[in-house]
Amino acid sequence: MRSIFFHLMPYRDLPADFEQRYESIWITPPNTELCDPRKVAQYYQWNLDELELADRLGFDGVGVNEHHQNGYGFMASPNLMAAALARRTPNNSAIMVLGNTLALYSPATRVAEEFAMLDVLSNGRLAAGFPVGTSMDVNFCYGIPPTQTRPRFREAEELITQAWTRPGPFTFNGRYNQLRYVNPWPQPLQKPHPPVWLAGGGSVETWELAAAKNYTYSYLSFFGAKFGKKLMDGFWAKMDELGVDRNPFRAGFAQQICVSETDERAEQEYLEHVTYFFNKCLHIPSYFFEAPGYRTRKSTEFAIKTNQPGAIAAAAALEKNWKTLNEEGFIIAGSPSTVADRLIEVAKTLRVGNLHALLQIGSMPHELTKKNITLFAEEVMPRIRHIWDAEGWTHEWWPSGAASRAVTGVQA
Amino acid sequence: MSELASESAVQSTTESPVDERIVQVGPIAARVLVAGTGEPLLFLHGAGGLFWDPFLEELARRHTVYAVEHPGANVSEDLDHLPGLWELVLFYDELLDALGLDAVRVVGHSFGGMVAAELAANSPRRVSRLVLLCPVGFWREDHPVPDIAGIPPETLPQLVLADPEGPLAATLSPPADDPQALFEAAMRMASILHFIWPLPDKGLSRRIHRVSAPTLLVWGEQDRLVDPAYAEEFTSRLRDSRLALVPDAGHLPQLEQTGAVLAQVLPFLEGPS
Repeated sequence: MRSIFFHLMPYRDLPADFEQRYESIWITPPNTELCDPRKVAQYYQWNLDELELADRLGFDGVGVNEHHQNGYGFMASPNLMAAALARRTPNNSAIMVLGNTLALYSPATRVAEEFAMLDVLSNGRLAAGFPVGTSMDVNFCYGIPPTQTRPRFREAEELITQAWTRPGPFTFNGRYNQLRYVNPWPQPLQKPHPPVWLAGGGSVETWELAAAKNYTYSYLSFFGAKFGKKLMDGFWAKMDELGVDRNPFRAGFAQQICVSETDERAEQEYLEHVTYFFNKCLHIPSYFFEAPGYRTRKSTEFAIKTNQPGAIAAAAALEKNWKTLNEEGFIIAGSPSTVADRLIEVAKTLRVGNLHALLQIGSMPHELTKKNITLFAEEVMPRIRHIWDAEGWTHEWWPSGAASRAVTGVQA
Repeated sequence: MSELASESAVQSTTESPVDERIVQVGPIAARVLVAGTGEPLLFLHGAGGLFWDPFLEELARRHTVYAVEHPGANVSEDLDHLPGLWELVLFYDELLDALGLDAVRVVGHSFGGMVAAELAANSPRRVSRLVLLCPVGFWREDHPVPDIAGIPPETLPQLVLADPEGPLAATLSPPADDPQALFEAAMRMASILHFIWPLPDKGLSRRIHRVSAPTLLVWGEQDRLVDPAYAEEFTSRLRDSRLALVPDAGHLPQLEQTGAVLAQVLPFLEGPS
């Protein structure tokens, strides 16, 4: 399994009573009241230091993503962070930008250009993430009508992949992007183009796109494998239905992970930061979470039939219930062997070959984050790296310029 | 307000029969409730959806009411055919053709009021008299229209009703424990937001001067969603308009003060066309 250190870049010093005083972590938390640029200057240094440490310690990839106007993860331009990382990751980790919220770019050739720049700058280490984006970002922060979210995403995906693969100049006559001349300089280094990684929360349409275009799909949620199983079972059933193989590297999942010397110590060190995350960073009212029309009829019906686990997580976090947070799989925490065992179980259950390891969680300070990253790299990663080797699959979606540590790793 | 039955016979509060017609307009199957006798009247509903209510019932005593369901609420593909306001206005123009109506009186509420004004601006000769019940269509910094998709549903009655504790409050949102009803309501809302996201100002100010129909504006004095101050955006631009402010009414004046609104609307509709 490939391990990617995925950094959300949250605001680490929200007031203790944030969730009582403010409506939401996203869209409306007043920036002048809550977001101190001097603190952010420090966070960005820490964030990049943490990602660079992960590269040095042998993670397969370092991951960044895009969100707007929030304290949960305010990396409005992941490409800026990826550019910094491209120059400071000597161990050649994959640069996973998961990704650019395609619907927000007009014309979407901007994404084709910046991703191509990153691919060239990193010598072919870019994984190009194409997320649909949250309703908060797309509809509320960027003013895209909810019903245009998916049509814009699909059109942008088409335009970007054409811009990367068709000899320019060519003409693109879309509904949202109308261009007489498409001819980006340069096209990407990777051919035919950087691997496309889709990310989502369980929309059926996204799975169909993954199958049709041979893209990977990463299920990004904070609610663990127990809930994720329903979703990933649906994903694999869809792959079977569409005649796509069951290569586990087609799929990834995100997991909050806390590693310490012992299980007990993990609770002492991390509980505060995990509860900060669930209580504050996920403090999003339901009306912001999904503007009417953001999901399609089909996906909305699916979502209604699937129980959402948010309420259980919120309750467990509120009670600072470490046991429930672990048992429900919202976090995987403990000693290296505990964490490795559970990750293997989860990966096998979900059938995923890519782990987006969330190792900086909420208010977690820099030193503790470094400890978490280091223990994971040194003591967990070797145990989980080879879990799919026996099945003999090839990872067809790994950036061709990135180091492939799996082949040189030591069997755990 | 009575919930619509899916069958062609529609439940109504009185004996007057209401026909449900499916009218093909290009690729869109438009759902139209038809009732009453007299000169034709087109009714365009607001974001809450189409319901045969006491206001329509009274209009149908003197007019043949054609109450059209805004497209896209039931068939998402409809919105693919209507990417913007321009196509929506043409849809209504074609619908009048399909109904065999040349010129009509038009009554529009809220979002439907904006569409009615756009229709009257696009096809001035087809609209003989125009009634706009607290329409959207403009944006004022001093009276921002609240984001109906970005507020807790339980705060909606305070915004749209003069009496938030009254019997209408319960009809505004589906019960929180009925996912199917919530889903249907979300789809209805989505089909409206499609045309007015993120702000309900889509350039009516550049077109409204084309409206030739005498226009009656009706506004609830306690409308906290679309402040009565917006009335002057309309009256200052329309050639022939008058404003009726309705006491003890909010954004649903035709339902909160049905009698008072009808006392303004019915005589106005009788006027020369």
